[in-house]
Amino acid sequence: MGATKIDKKLDCSGMLCPMPVVKTKKALKDMEVGEVLEMISTDAGAMPDMQAWANQTGHELLDAKEEDNTYTFLVKKTH
Amino acid sequence: MSENNGKDRKKRLALVATKGTLDWAYPPFILASAAAAMDWEVGIFFTFYGLPLLKKEVEASVSPLGNPAMPMKMPFGSKGFQSINWPMPNLLMSNVPGFESMATGLMKKMFKSKGVATVEELREACVDMDVRLIGCQMTMDVFGFTKEEFIDEAEVAGAAAFLAYAAEADVNMFV
Repeated sequence: MGATKIDKKLDCSGMLCPMPVVKTKKALKDMEVGEVLEMISTDAGAMPDMQAWANQTGHELLDAKEEDNTYTFLVKKTH
Repeated sequence: MSENNGKDRKKRLALVATKGTLDWAYPPFILASAAAAMDWEVGIFFTFYGLPLLKKEVEASVSPLGNPAMPMKMPFGSKGFQSINWPMPNLLMSNVPGFESMATGLMKKMFKSKGVATVEELREACVDMDVRLIGCQMTMDVFGFTKEEFIDEAEVAGAAAFLAYAAEADVNMFV
């Protein structure tokens, strides 16, 4: 890690399902293919939700980690 | 379609929303917006008591009647106080004037304090992501609704049209 260039940051702290995935989709809309979005969430369901979201949309989940109940995701726009 | 993970067509979710109270307004809009966020095609058919959810102003309130398992927690006070599950006997609630508006206020406050979007916000997200919001023509006729009372994005159709849409869906749900 650390080497990944982040093009856009999205803070979804305090938001519950389904807003993190809704906001993530919206954020990607204004980005170019290949760019990376960092999304931060405090929703305890974010980990399985973002994995399912990436699986369904085909966007690449480069990294997903949890620290002190805060989840950080790196999403690469693939299409 | 390159838009959907290389598959030839998008997945489709067809939802039927039949209930108009605040608590029941959430599931269809949450599921629809989550599915749309995953690039699924989504249509919600609003029928019977679900129809008013298409109105320009959502007036949904909570009726604890018929929801005997509804947990009621106070959205304020210490963590211990907030975690108390207040028993709400139906008989009592139905007889207390103003109980419904109190329960509605409590639920809205609780949802907001926990970070849940409002029904209006979720509906807006659905509209943004091109979720089809379909009002039931028959219910409109029965209850006397006109299309002008609904948000501009609403469509109107009958059961046959919706079933034809649902027949092509990967996931069908009745709420």
